[in-house]
Amino acid sequence: MGLVEKGIRFIENITRHASYEQEWIVLREADTSPDYGVLPYNRPIEQHIHNGVINLDKPPGPTSHEVVAWIKKMFGLEKAGHGGTLEPQTLEIGFEAGLSQGYGCITSSFS
Amino acid sequence: MRRGYPKVTGVLPVALANATKVISNVIHTVKEYVMVIQFHADIDIEKVKSVLEYFVGEIYQRPPLRSSVKRTVRRRRIHYIELLDHRDRYVLVRVGCDAGTYMRKLAHDIGLILGIGAHMRELRRTRTGPFREDETLVKMQEVSEALYTWREKGDERYLRRIILPVETAIAHLPKVMILDSAVDAVAHGADLAVPGIARLTKDIEHGKTVAILSLKGELVALGKALKNSSEIASMKKGIVVKTWRVYMDRGVYPPIWRKK
Repeated sequence: MGLVEKGIRFIENITRHASYEQEWIVLREADTSPDYGVLPYNRPIEQHIHNGVINLDKPPGPTSHEVVAWIKKMFGLEKAGHGGTLEPQTLEIGFEAGLSQGYGCITSSFS
Repeated sequence: MRRGYPKVTGVLPVALANATKVISNVIHTVKEYVMVIQFHADIDIEKVKSVLEYFVGEIYQRPPLRSSVKRTVRRRRIHYIELLDHRDRYVLVRVGCDAGTYMRKLAHDIGLILGIGAHMRELRRTRTGPFREDETLVKMQEVSEALYTWREKGDERYLRRIILPVETAIAHLPKVMILDSAVDAVAHGADLAVPGIARLTKDIEHGKTVAILSLKGELVALGKALKNSSEIASMKKGIVVKTWRVYMDRGVYPPIWRKK
């Protein structure tokens, strides 16, 4: 299989795996040089890490932000980020639970 | 851990280093959750079922008191609510919905409609756009073990399984694949013209985000479409995608575009 076919197959696989359906319109047949760039799944490991995403199962307890900070530290990276926190879902209940259970004042239940 | 604080777990895509540039693109994608709702009185499960049904479709929500967004009523779509299990006053549901739908609000509102009150007890995200609860979902311990196996034993296979290529995070977007000769120009921030395109997906819409890929499938940049797919296909020349976030480093591909 040629490099272009491999590239297209890779993209089609990740798209289908993510449950999205897409069809192509081909404008022109073209080739790609093996001298530049690399198939995304063949990046050398350091490059793979620096261009990588982890589908992480967030544990209960720490916030999304804390989890990202741990990952960043574990890998010794300058940057890491997440694709949307799970916290908006809990913010208000923390606020209300603090009140209804008589846990001090609003600010202390939320600090 | 604060008492009364619900457990929240599940799909949290974490981007490493460069991948951080594009990870925000999954924020506005479709979500799926599994939630435990605790009712405040005994329930009639048939009634619960019909109330769940009632929430499928457009709903109106006001963001929580403490939130980072403007507290105006927003319209969100619930695509489906499936009742998975129930016991005593607890009900387990699976909810597919738009980004920005508050599950905690939904649980509360379901309780209101039933007239007995309810709250969200536990929440697990099972999908955010291209990321799902499948064989790619890994726990913190697995990440830590994979990193150890690589660093201490020089075996990178485990780590490769744990880390997905950045392209996974843009799998939901419409795509164009471009010629080798156009890659470095786009990597320098140039907009994309028709002659540089080899193929494109049919779902490109004017004004929407498009992933610009090399023929090997590498992410080069994200751009905004100036035309839809069929318009692009009928054009011979002209700028069709405005580059707004360059991903690939300059100089990975040769600068053929500079030749006079």
